[in-house]
Amino acid sequence: MPELVDLFLTFSRIGILTFGGGYAMLPILQREIVEDKKWAKESELADYFAIGQCTPGIIAVNTATFIGCKRRGIVGGVVATLGLVFPALFIITAIAAFLNNFAEIQAVKDAFAAVRVCVCVLIFNAVIKLGKSSIKDHITFLIFLCVFLLASFTGISPILWVLLAAVAGILMKGGKRL
Amino acid sequence: MIYLRLFYEFAKIGLFSVGGGMATFPFLLDLGKSTGWFTQQELANMLAISESTPGAIGVNMATYVGFHVASLPGAVMATLGLITPSIAIVVVISQMLARFQKNRMVQNAFYGLRPASTGLIAAAGFGVVSISILTINEFSRTGNPLLLVDWRALALAVALFFAMKKVKWHPVWFIAISAVIGILFHFGS
Repeated sequence: MPELVDLFLTFSRIGILTFGGGYAMLPILQREIVEDKKWAKESELADYFAIGQCTPGIIAVNTATFIGCKRRGIVGGVVATLGLVFPALFIITAIAAFLNNFAEIQAVKDAFAAVRVCVCVLIFNAVIKLGKSSIKDHITFLIFLCVFLLASFTGISPILWVLLAAVAGILMKGGKRL
Repeated sequence: MIYLRLFYEFAKIGLFSVGGGMATFPFLLDLGKSTGWFTQQELANMLAISESTPGAIGVNMATYVGFHVASLPGAVMATLGLITPSIAIVVVISQMLARFQKNRMVQNAFYGLRPASTGLIAAAGFGVVSISILTINEFSRTGNPLLLVDWRALALAVALFFAMKKVKWHPVWFIAISAVIGILFHFGS
């Protein structure tokens, strides 16, 4: 099988098998990419994953692009990434079309009202987890607090806060503390 | 042209959200507010479904929002928009992997970016709390501070929080349990 087709199919499979994305994807990547296909070494995968977390965009997408690039250059990167997102198009579209037709049923409304409470807790847990790795000292805590308050109580686009935080990081020269 | 607009808006989100799927949530909230394409409530529902289906959460959210706005072509355009900046950035970085990781300026920038991303997600979470646990309308109508909180929803949130600490199940199970509780106790009314 041509390697490009193999890249597409392998990452499609990873896309279906991963439940929850991000970190949940790592063990599946290890099995498929390192052990099975031998497209990257364990240490390379760890590097890609680490960089994928700190470059803009979705971690899973970034990692797929890295591995595709390594095997087949830019075309490989594009093909691997398209493979990864391909299953979502079918699965989500089917669910969305289904739910649109049932959104007005009282039981569905009741279910989602409680599910939104669950979403609060999931986001809260994500903040705790991310906070442990990103809030390391007074400066990072201050950045966290300022962005939280500004984003909560002003209607200004988050893009501005992201840019300002990057500039603040560069001016404070805090990178060595990570 | 709605499709180009979707592509452009999601490319922006792909470019500025750092730290994985959940990091796109504050940007989506902002997108909903500025375009009126979906409400905060609808977005929280979409997040729950994206967590409960296979695939990366960020990709699922983009596909879902795109579909919600402009059906299947919308789903395709939003998803392509989201991944385009990633592909461009990673292609460049993979050419100079070692230098990127060691670059002091890059490290410094991310020292500031990571807590900012956490702060944005916290603010977005606060937004979801305000529509699902707080009852601000009731409070401002009656002035009674006891009516500021939906106590039933708060009890569920606290129970879920401790349950998640205790057992490390996948979020999909907690979402499913919440849905059942919501139906049994008529959370929607």
